[in-house]
Amino acid sequence: MRSMMIGAAALLGLGLTAPALAAEGGVPHLEWSFSGAFGTYDRAALQRGFQVYKEVCSACHSMKYLSYRDLRDIGFSEAEVKAIAAQYEVATIDENGDPATRKAEPSDRFHSPFPNDEAARAANGGALPPDLSLMAKARHAGPDYIVALLSGYHEPPPGFVVAEGKSYNAVFAGNNIGMPKPISDDQVTYADGTKATLAQEAHDVATFLMWAAEPKLEERKRIGVKVMGFLGLLSIFTYLSYRRVRRKVQGH
Amino acid sequence: MSSSTPFQTNSKIVKWIEARLPIISTLDGALVSYPAPRNLNYWWNFGSLAGFMLVAQLVTGIVLVMHYTPHVTLAFASVEHIMRDVNYGWLLRYAHANGASMFFVVVYIHILRGLYYGSYKAPRELLWWLGIVIFLLMMATAFMGYVLPWGQMSFWGATVITNLFSAIPGVGTSIVTWLWGGFSVDNATLNRFFSLHYLLPFVICAVVFLHLWALHTTKSSNPLGIEIKGEQDTVPFHPYYTAKDMFGLSVFLLFFAYWVFFDPNYLGHPDNYTEANPLVTPAHIVPEWYFLPFYAILRAVPDKLGGVIAMGGAIVILFFMPYLDFSKVRSAKFRPIYKQAFWLLVIDGLILGYVGSQPAEGIWILVGRIASLYYFAHFLVIVPLISWFEKPLPVPESIAKAVLGDKAHG
Repeated sequence: MRSMMIGAAALLGLGLTAPALAAEGGVPHLEWSFSGAFGTYDRAALQRGFQVYKEVCSACHSMKYLSYRDLRDIGFSEAEVKAIAAQYEVATIDENGDPATRKAEPSDRFHSPFPNDEAARAANGGALPPDLSLMAKARHAGPDYIVALLSGYHEPPPGFVVAEGKSYNAVFAGNNIGMPKPISDDQVTYADGTKATLAQEAHDVATFLMWAAEPKLEERKRIGVKVMGFLGLLSIFTYLSYRRVRRKVQGH
Repeated sequence: MSSSTPFQTNSKIVKWIEARLPIISTLDGALVSYPAPRNLNYWWNFGSLAGFMLVAQLVTGIVLVMHYTPHVTLAFASVEHIMRDVNYGWLLRYAHANGASMFFVVVYIHILRGLYYGSYKAPRELLWWLGIVIFLLMMATAFMGYVLPWGQMSFWGATVITNLFSAIPGVGTSIVTWLWGGFSVDNATLNRFFSLHYLLPFVICAVVFLHLWALHTTKSSNPLGIEIKGEQDTVPFHPYYTAKDMFGLSVFLLFFAYWVFFDPNYLGHPDNYTEANPLVTPAHIVPEWYFLPFYAILRAVPDKLGGVIAMGGAIVILFFMPYLDFSKVRSAKFRPIYKQAFWLLVIDGLILGYVGSQPAEGIWILVGRIASLYYFAHFLVIVPLISWFEKPLPVPESIAKAVLGDKAHG
């Protein structure tokens, strides 16, 4: 019985860890406000991260699964969201049925920098800048990887040939990345006065991208803690009632 | 209160129904007065847990379908719509995706329990076979479900697995085209997988019904592996095992909830958060963890057709367990050598699972081949030999004697 229990635990352990064993090489593990059972997003970091996305990343990268209204979640007021949306134009059809443009509303999706993938490739030397909506979940160790990638632009090691139009990146698969070094120290001037070092900017934008990929994380963890508490109590009560029944039926 | 009493009632309404359709007495016989061996241990909880997971997957799945769109241009976006805009959509989807893993955890333990305690032996062969049919249906359902979000791993997993059929000599390529509904995995494939993913769970329900029918005919096996000899050996299912199953379920839900609420993407693959792209192949195409041992067996054979046959054979071989193991004693508790062979098989399965998660190169090819050979040797050589040579320990006279000792009466 005991050996069967240990065996089952081992089976579970190995079966469940196997997927995580791939990759993650060379990506340091960082501290995040949203990790752990009680983790929440640091609102100030989210807003700074949004600023980095808006001023830098959004020149090439779309975030097509987000709407401007989602920004209320990271601490912008209704009026601020409206003002942010109004900076962009979206295609529409006027009353004569002709193509026209209008100012974006909070309910509109984030404006994409290119009308289609072909245009994006043409403007970026053939490389397609990926949509960032889910980037923090689409890579092993997502946020850690994003920071490592953004700070991974170094001089290539001797003998390494950087392909034409590409840059060397220490963590990118194959090390030849289409994206030129996107952020440096003081790339942006933070509205809240935080010193915009490369590390700070990378950490902030990774936080923002994690929120973008998993906007319900806080709600999920908050409910999860209550659910675990409830199930813990339920387990105690169901055990006690089982013991009572067992005594009646089995005599022990 | 040692055993069960047949269904009785004074209610006129119940009597009226019973005279026309004996559904109430049937349910009573299955869930209330069903005489269960009094010595079932916690490993016997996993049958009802599997039943719970089937219902949980059906309920979450049916609601997810209300918001999902099975079209190659919209499927991925509709899953994001569920995650972002549908009320508690994230909970439904994470519960369903992790629920598949939980279902397999439970069913693997349930199958291993059957192998350990000899639950496949006469008169329970049909019960065992129906269980394997359920397992096969589950694998098909899970595979097609994984395709529906239309991520990179969905697409490439579907491509790799459906391509296996091309190994069939002569008609292979035609079969693959027929499965795809075209010349590549595309919208037609997604639509039929969606249709079948919705259909198969109900087929599973039907086979589960047969599985339970067979169970209630032969009655549950038990850790001692000896048959029920009389009333003193049993307890009524309710309240004894209903209470025990409720406790088991509560603890299991704690485990399930951990994944859903605190690490919902751990068991998945990050590549599936990138929309399917037929022009970009992922570096490593890996199936979900519950298919890894079989995937390792598939890759262990250098020949494509051979690999497919080996993978299928790894499951089909389970059907023959009642005959490959002809020991008179059921439970491994009284079979010292079989018990060790069982644990070696478990370790072998773990090794195969790990090999399946690794790229097929270097040392892993050799390890995978040895582990695959051992897997088949276990069933085809080791188990029959043990049945032949092993001297089992003395088996107790009755369940009641073994459990209650001198207190046993009747």
